[in-house]
Amino acid sequence: MEMLNIALPKGRLGEKVYDMFAAAGFECPSIKENNRKLTFENFEAGVRYFWVKPSDVAIYVERGAADIGVAGKDILLEYKPDVYELLDLGIGKCRMAVAAPVGFRDNPAKTLKVATKFSNIAKNYYDSLGREIDIIHLNGSIELAPILKLSDVIVDIVETGRTLYENNLEVVEEIVPISARLVANKSSYKFKGDVIDEILGKLGSC
Amino acid sequence: MILRSDASYSLKKLYESYGYSQYKMSRFEEYELYLRNKSFLVSDHIIAFTDTDGKLMALKPDVTLSIVKGCDECQTGLRRVYYDENVYRVPRGAMSFKEIRQAGLECIGELDEYAISEVLTLAVKSLESISHDCVLDVSDMGIVASLTERISPTVAFKARLLSLVAEKNIHELKVLCAAEGRDPDAAEKLIKLISLRGGCDEMLEILRGDVCFAEASAMARIVSAVSARSDCVKVDFSVTDDMKYYNGIVFKGFIKGIPSSVLSGGRYDNLMKKMGKQSGAIGFAVYLDLIGDLDTVADEYDVDTVLIYDDSLPIDSIMALADSLRSDGSSVRAVRELPSGIKYRRIVDKREGR
Repeated sequence: MEMLNIALPKGRLGEKVYDMFAAAGFECPSIKENNRKLTFENFEAGVRYFWVKPSDVAIYVERGAADIGVAGKDILLEYKPDVYELLDLGIGKCRMAVAAPVGFRDNPAKTLKVATKFSNIAKNYYDSLGREIDIIHLNGSIELAPILKLSDVIVDIVETGRTLYENNLEVVEEIVPISARLVANKSSYKFKGDVIDEILGKLGSC
Repeated sequence: MILRSDASYSLKKLYESYGYSQYKMSRFEEYELYLRNKSFLVSDHIIAFTDTDGKLMALKPDVTLSIVKGCDECQTGLRRVYYDENVYRVPRGAMSFKEIRQAGLECIGELDEYAISEVLTLAVKSLESISHDCVLDVSDMGIVASLTERISPTVAFKARLLSLVAEKNIHELKVLCAAEGRDPDAAEKLIKLISLRGGCDEMLEILRGDVCFAEASAMARIVSAVSARSDCVKVDFSVTDDMKYYNGIVFKGFIKGIPSSVLSGGRYDNLMKKMGKQSGAIGFAVYLDLIGDLDTVADEYDVDTVLIYDDSLPIDSIMALADSLRSDGSSVRAVRELPSGIKYRRIVDKREGR
């Protein structure tokens, strides 16, 4: 039997996603064992799972190492992988937003300094507004940038808004809602489409 | 296993058997040609240089534009050419320029349904010459353009719709069409079409009574004619291309084991018009560089057999032995000593006393 390779994002979201797959009939009990294994197979169910860094799921799927995977919409918008986006799983919900110090006034006469991990999303958003910006690409602790005057605003994922609130920051614009999406390699979908459609049907009715 | 050179030779023979002539071209082209048609190119990075006469030139990132540019419309009948050339561009996801081997064909002139069916048949046969585990997905940009135009005539909205169609992103298409679309009937038809994976009957059912039913019927006749000779042809409306250039049938070919499409083509009358030509045109390219991904045996071993000899054997005997080992198609490396750092399946040691 040909195995379906499934890339899951490491962490709480990935565990939740696995539970959805298991409930849909594609369980692989060994994945719950406490060890350092990276791949988990269930030959009867025809599935092979592996954990990868959430931002790498789309690359594994685009390059065909995984037939399907689950990635956040933020990653799909940022890297624009050439994959099918087949289902919104409706979990991991949050939003991509612009946040600034409370009371911030955007002076349109000045170039806006934007700190973010999501440079492409920020660029596309401000291009659509025709606003000139200076992107400062950071890899973490984005909220620190406006506090230390490194940037005027940040573009980042906001879940509850608590970190922003505790650092005297607030959402000033919402860019796009984010959630976990099931993506498929385009070539794999041609040759393993029936089993992928079966999974979609079952996950869609979960 | 098929090697790139084998594929290149089989494709050449295939295209010549259908009356196509080889089109050889220079590696260089005037930069301006690409500047005027930048969005036609797979990547907008171009290697440019100034020639000795001061003219700005480029290493070819594409073949079709040069063929169209050199197309003589005074000739009557269809012009059928094929090519096997290197192009220079930054592939999707890569960080630098690559030299990419590309074969393909162009059919230029007054196209009828037979001519289009023949090009699709050649696309199928090109895939099958590489592997029989293949799929050719076919769509029609005329139908997609008609539906998206009715959903919204604005350029930005249509671009968003097309990108969702290419992703088979039905959940976001529904939300976008419900929020900003003008024609729920066209939106529903588009969503049903991109869910399709298969034959033409369902497509015709979805578009029955629609203004583009005639286009759908023409597509069905072409797909049926090609499908009668191969079962790898599927209707899949997620195949899209830039509407500025492509206007009718578009298609992409996939081979099991290769993660992206290895063949891409379509009808590009709009590009012809943009370049001041009146003829119709259809063609496709096969990305030969991707075929190397199928050659997994070469990844495992440098050679099948290492034949070790010494002076106790005459040259004739060594040669005869090596030939007999090669007779089953396997590779043989004859050496005096086992080389370090190579992987082989077996050793045949013919040194004295062994």
